[in-house]
Amino acid sequence: MSAVIESHDHDHHHGPAKGLTRWLFTTNHKDIGTLYLWFSFLMFLVGGAMAMVIRAELFQPGMQIVQPEFYNQMLTLHGLIMIFGAVMPAFVGLANWLVPMMVGAPDMALPRMNNLSFWILPFAFFVLLSSLFMEGGAPNFGWTFYAPLSTTYAPPSVTFFIFSVHIMGASSIMGAINVIVTIMNMRAPGMTLMKMPLFVWSWLITAYLLIAVMPVLAGAVTMMLMDIHFGTSFFNAAGGGDPVLFQHVFWFFGHPEVYIMILPAFGITSHIISTFSRKPLFGYSSMVWAMASIAILSFVVWAHHMFTVGMPLAAELFFMWATMLIAVPTGVKVFNWVATMFKGSITYETPMLFAIAFVVLFTIGGFSGLMLAITPADFQYHDTYFVVAHFHYVLVPGAIFSIMAAVYYWIPKWTGNMYDERLGRLHFWLSFVSVNVTFFPQHWIGLAGMPRRYPDYALQFADWNMVSTAGAFAFGLSQILFLFIVLKTVRGGKKATSQVWEGAEGLEWTVDSPPAYHTFTTPPKVS
Amino acid sequence: MEYQKYYVPEQSKFPIFAATSMFLLVMGAASTINSLGTESNTGKYILWSGLAAMATTLFFWFKKVIQEHLAGLDSAQLKKSFVFGMAWFIFSEVMFFAAFFGALFYVRSFAVPWLGGEGEKGLANMLWPDFESSWPLMSTPDDGAAYTLPEKNLSFPGFSHLLTWLPLWNTIVLLSSSVTVHFAHLALKAGNKSTFNLWLGVTVLLALTFVGLQAAEYYEAYAHYGLTLNSGIYGSTFFMLTGFHGFHVMLGGFMLAVMLIRSIFYNHFEPEDHFGFEAASWYWHFVDVVWVMLFLFVYIL
Amino acid sequence: MKLSNFAKFLVLSSLLVAPIFGWADWNALNMTEGATEVSKKVFDLHMLIFWICVVIGVVVFGVMFYSMYAFTKKKNPNPSTFHDNTKIEILWTVIPFVILVVMAIPATNVLKEIYNDEEGDVNIQVVGYQWKWQYKYLEDGINFFSNLSTDQDEIYNKIPKGEHYLLEVDEPVVIPVGKKVRFLITANDVIHSWWVPDFAIKQDAIPGFINTAWTIVDEPGLYRGNCTELCGKNHGFMPIVVRAVEQSEYDEWVSGKKQAAFELAQLTEKDWSVEELVSNGESVYLKNCAACHQVSGQGIPGIFPALAGSEIVLNNKSRNIEILMEGVQGAAMQSFANQLSEVDIASVITYTRRSWGNSEKGDGEVVVPKEILEYKSNNQKS
Ligand code: HEA
Ligand code: HEA
Ligand code: HEC
Ligand code: CUA
Ligand SMILES: [Cu+2]
Repeated sequence: MSAVIESHDHDHHHGPAKGLTRWLFTTNHKDIGTLYLWFSFLMFLVGGAMAMVIRAELFQPGMQIVQPEFYNQMLTLHGLIMIFGAVMPAFVGLANWLVPMMVGAPDMALPRMNNLSFWILPFAFFVLLSSLFMEGGAPNFGWTFYAPLSTTYAPPSVTFFIFSVHIMGASSIMGAINVIVTIMNMRAPGMTLMKMPLFVWSWLITAYLLIAVMPVLAGAVTMMLMDIHFGTSFFNAAGGGDPVLFQHVFWFFGHPEVYIMILPAFGITSHIISTFSRKPLFGYSSMVWAMASIAILSFVVWAHHMFTVGMPLAAELFFMWATMLIAVPTGVKVFNWVATMFKGSITYETPMLFAIAFVVLFTIGGFSGLMLAITPADFQYHDTYFVVAHFHYVLVPGAIFSIMAAVYYWIPKWTGNMYDERLGRLHFWLSFVSVNVTFFPQHWIGLAGMPRRYPDYALQFADWNMVSTAGAFAFGLSQILFLFIVLKTVRGGKKATSQVWEGAEGLEWTVDSPPAYHTFTTPPKVS
Repeated sequence: MEYQKYYVPEQSKFPIFAATSMFLLVMGAASTINSLGTESNTGKYILWSGLAAMATTLFFWFKKVIQEHLAGLDSAQLKKSFVFGMAWFIFSEVMFFAAFFGALFYVRSFAVPWLGGEGEKGLANMLWPDFESSWPLMSTPDDGAAYTLPEKNLSFPGFSHLLTWLPLWNTIVLLSSSVTVHFAHLALKAGNKSTFNLWLGVTVLLALTFVGLQAAEYYEAYAHYGLTLNSGIYGSTFFMLTGFHGFHVMLGGFMLAVMLIRSIFYNHFEPEDHFGFEAASWYWHFVDVVWVMLFLFVYIL
Repeated sequence: MKLSNFAKFLVLSSLLVAPIFGWADWNALNMTEGATEVSKKVFDLHMLIFWICVVIGVVVFGVMFYSMYAFTKKKNPNPSTFHDNTKIEILWTVIPFVILVVMAIPATNVLKEIYNDEEGDVNIQVVGYQWKWQYKYLEDGINFFSNLSTDQDEIYNKIPKGEHYLLEVDEPVVIPVGKKVRFLITANDVIHSWWVPDFAIKQDAIPGFINTAWTIVDEPGLYRGNCTELCGKNHGFMPIVVRAVEQSEYDEWVSGKKQAAFELAQLTEKDWSVEELVSNGESVYLKNCAACHQVSGQGIPGIFPALAGSEIVLNNKSRNIEILMEGVQGAAMQSFANQLSEVDIASVITYTRRSWGNSEKGDGEVVVPKEILEYKSNNQKS
């Protein structure tokens, strides 16, 4: 059966189908958004559980609970699952829920493909996780899977890993195409590009990044597959190839990938800060330009992950300077957020708390990123816990906090119920404190010389590792509270108004909470 | 902007079927590849069932889309969505090839010269004292112990052999097919269905010819030149680039063939409204452009 | 932020963090200044960038925290509505840019200095193996492997851990002080990375390629480091120890090494009893093979084959020798021809063929050092 979204006069609503098929066959952007968000949370728990294994092993020097080879598997799966399973799907889920509502579209542009992009993911991660039970174990070469450890020297399950990355890539590309098409083609009349909410802008740019780099990752794993099974020598010097070639291809994908995980967070933060400061964003257009510059620069800095592979001097210098430049547009964003708060009329509901923590802690992560960009100093930092601290600061209180902020901010819209503010704040404070206890000391042990990807370490790092582990468990447990809050809100609570937040602006706040199954069957007028 | 209805399909079974087929496909492919050289067949069965399921799903999916189109459900705005979607899909394909071209440029300008003792990292030659850098690379740094070394390569043999040089003919075939598909498009726009069918048919034939020639070239390389995937980095880049391209030619040719069948047997496509054909023809032009790059960087330079 | 909230935060976080500060060793929280001119420059650079970031942080967060304090809804119920100011935007684009230039200049200079790639007074080829380092002195022909020497029982918490837990090796690489030592770094199997913090040297060891690094150490002493590129199972267990000594001591060490090599060659001639071979073989096995094939000889299914009950080890002596000498192409099994002496190879083969019940199930044949010599002369590579 097909449904035609009718024009003005017949305002008929299609409710969701009943039962399981609603979720399996759905073409509705809200349903698919919900699926993405729940899937991402599930993956966050799985990846987090693996992080707990890592941290538990590192609680004390010596091998206690796992063997080194299993540690490496945990490390690899933790990285892969958090990035491809938790953060990326969460942002896609938010895009699904919000982009059509924010631009005044009836749905995503290509609804059936939208369903396909989602349902590939559970299968892809099933394939990846099933490798844990294969002979030789799961992938054990780090989320960056450098050749030849991931080719000639890899366990047999690497073949499954490769195909799982292929279909994850297909899912991301389809998701990105959908977002771009929705934004470019489905905006309500009057919604010009420079009137689009910043979250939409951030996703438009992110989607371009995805389409540009996911195929490159597919190329990289394809070359691996050929090297492993069909006798090619892309990454083998004996045949005229070069293991470092793998790293170039990987990081050409990998660096833009880290901005894929932060640009939507920038968008979210801009909304929240402006809402709770009750003040328009200080520099809308400079925010857009800053994101675009970050995205463009992200294509020419990849080798800052490879300062120690022995590149010619000119390359080292180029990549150092280019990387440092990214601090400029990122700084513009930070300054704009601060300027938005300045002379505002601020209240501190949970989303705002998370957004403020995001700005502060992301900036700290950015500072350590800048330090890493200084090539000679990176010779000391590289592959130590300093790097681990850097990227967890931008990813956990960065990307993850922004996702949580977004959930608190929009969940009244999604469910029609207010979340429990007291519990929300409690969740915030627990997370905020424990995340710092977990990751701040890692700066120190990194500087003091503890290499990353080590299942065991020398005695001088013992104290801070213990602290870090304690923090990690506290942080992990705090997330159970988050689950509880979300479930509670889904099941009921104080009814939310349409606008929900006093200072909130944008199309999504003009519709009911929860919105009709099909919003904007008639496009709204945007002035 | 005048508001148009935007068609949002209701629930659909196709995507989940497609996802499941994809799952079978990759599980099957991975287990098949992992058990290459052994007796085990289970992987193959999964692989084939995945392929069959995928083909069936896609068939019915596209059929449905065509029916919806014929029923007049889609507006100009929806068509624009398809246009954007196809364009960005092609862009993603461009980036996929870019990875392989990037690899080719990297090994040619850095890795191989370094291994041969040239350039800033030429010290590497200490480890491969007998190795000299050249392109096409006819030997490997480790002296070929683990490799099938080629006797001949497929690079440009000089003007005296120009006419017997297969890649040239391949280029001619593919470039002319881009022209014929364009003629078909013009004919369609002019409302001349039989001319359209004719030119489209010629294009499909040219596609087949190309694939045939390419197969002949591969046969030649494997059987007579000793040039294989296992011939070191020259063989690797050569076969991966031309192979993926050949694969895309088959896909594009198949798409055009479907369009031909739709046109001849079902009389689809109108002079102003024929996105299915247009999408296939864009894809075809894309494949053609990739070939020009290949011709330049793999065969000539 | 409501003050009460802020107070809550302070109390909570200090409660959590306070006890930690009591017993932490604060000296071990920063980058080492190191032992060379270059490493000190790197340290200074690090501190410079760090303090610049701190200052920027104080300014930015200062404004932010002030706004959070002063512009709450209570204190400022009517928000301003100002936005967009091109002058300010330009200002906060240009100022960070200028700061970055200030950082980039010293960074570029230090990097250029590190990249000085002339030959050294002493040139040592460093080769990473799964999971040990090989050092070849290019001038003196000295060649040895350096393995982790920490006891497995320390790692598995059966006995207390020593002071240099995981940072000790059986044979450190020895260099003279005051001389320019150049390392030519490469690898045999996967990528490793040779890091000695005190020298500020971290260079990846890429199989098939050579990276270089150099140092001039002023003070004699032991300098410890790690492998810093994930290289498989025992990545965490292949440390580096560099012993820097006075020139005279260095010369002595060199001649001692040469003498030892000569004596080792003599041993090959000796007639070895089976018991001697097996007992020597056991220690060789534990040091070189057990990491993969396990102490029990059972290997790890799917990655490392079991030697207990392996057809090759049971009944195929010539292939057994060949595998040890040539390794297995494209697998972690490396050639031991240059790593172990003839005596050690012969005895480890004998050991594996007579352990874990192998001698009952298979031919249990013994391999003596002369056979290895024979193999070598028959298979001379050009
Ligand atoms: C969301 C993810 C994310 C983000 C946003 C970033 C942001 C940045 N990263 Fe990070 N990075 C990672 C994720 C991320 N990174 C990951 C996952 C890794 C490890 C991968 C692996 O090996 O496994 C990594 C590793 C990594 C390395 C390699 C380290 C090594 O392995 O040796 C480097 C080196 O240059 C680097 C640099 C930077 C820089 C310069 C930024 C910049 O974008 C930061 C810019 C922000 C600021 C600077 C703060 C705000 C600015 C101001 C307040 C203005 C004024 C400031 C100045 C003038 C200084 N990162
Ligand atoms: C978005 C990405 C992301 C996120 C969110 C995280 C989250 C966490 N990470 Fe992760 N991490 C990476 C990306 C991420 N990480 C990457 C890319 C690497 C590099 C991998 C590589 O080297 O290849 C890495 C590596 C890495 C290491 C380095 C290991 C090493 O080098 O040897 C460590 C060590 O402390 C670590 C810890 C943690 C912890 C404690 C969390 C916590 O924030 C997790 C908290 C979440 C939970 C705990 C789940 C929720 C709660 C439950 C399931 C209930 C049960 C809980 C308990 C029993 C306490 N991570
Ligand atoms: C870094 C890991 C590693 C180390 C160290 C190692 N091996 Fe191996 N070994 C392997 C792998 C992997 C194979 C399987 C090679 C293949 O056939 O693919 C193997 C195969 C073998 C085989 C053949 C077994 C069979 O049934 O095929 C023998 C014999 C052997 N090793 C002996 C030794 C001895 C003796 C030592 C120590 C002196 C040693 N190995 C050290 C990884 C290692
Ligand atoms: Cu060798 Cu890590
Ligand atoms: Cu990066």
